[in-house]
Amino acid sequence: MLALNNYLILSAILFAIGTIGVLTRRNAIVIFMCVEMMLNAVNLTFIAFSRYLGNIDGQVFVFFVMTVAAAEAAVGLALMIAFYNNRESIDVEDVNLMKL
Amino acid sequence: MESIFFFVVAAVAVLSSILVVTCKNPINSALSLVMTFFCLATFYVMLDAPFMAAIQVIVYAGAIMVLIIFVIMLLNVKTETVKRNTHAVLAGSVVGLFTLFLTVWFLIKGSMTGATGTMDKAQIISTGHVELIGTALFTDFLLPFEITSLLLLSAIVGAVILAKKKI
Repeated sequence: MLALNNYLILSAILFAIGTIGVLTRRNAIVIFMCVEMMLNAVNLTFIAFSRYLGNIDGQVFVFFVMTVAAAEAAVGLALMIAFYNNRESIDVEDVNLMKL
Repeated sequence: MESIFFFVVAAVAVLSSILVVTCKNPINSALSLVMTFFCLATFYVMLDAPFMAAIQVIVYAGAIMVLIIFVIMLLNVKTETVKRNTHAVLAGSVVGLFTLFLTVWFLIKGSMTGATGTMDKAQIISTGHVELIGTALFTDFLLPFEITSLLLLSAIVGAVILAKKKI
């Protein structure tokens, strides 16, 4: 079996790419997809640790993370539709009501 | 053999995730993200978690990505034409790379001894992966499982309220 560190470093790389996407993109839907990618990187860590430490609990946590991601997708996309109806745009630069 | 396969799939996963961040058109980003999800499902199979791979493909690559692509097409999102703020891009990249550096640093320096369980490959094969997960989910994690249903209910109500015409 491969060393555990391979999976962990791959997951760290995916998480970092997701972070860069969240911080640099301005399209709200792309930011949302990058958040999903970060969640998936964490899922990979959970499953790798679960396998290598011999404990099934990590995979149950992945189950819960997927549920939260599904709920987040439903509410987040509904928010984007509501925002688009008001501003005709989903650029996060247009979300500036509370900006000084 | 296994390590060659791992590195090929890992390269595909990293490349497609870079495409998610760099593509100008959101549809291309979404399709690259589906590719990343399939690569992750491959890793789950390599880690002896076939049920997780199945729900990764069905829930993520199926349901969630279809929802996202549906919204992209519904809103008719255009390709980004405005020039991006280069300072913001630079700052974001520095923060992201710093995150990567810190995680890899802790991975190399830290020790990974901790709680160990009894699950091994022989048990996964003899008992079955789905049965192992089901037993844990409906005994040790019964309360969180029930709370999850409340979360889903509130998400349904929230989505219906938010997507109404007048808000």
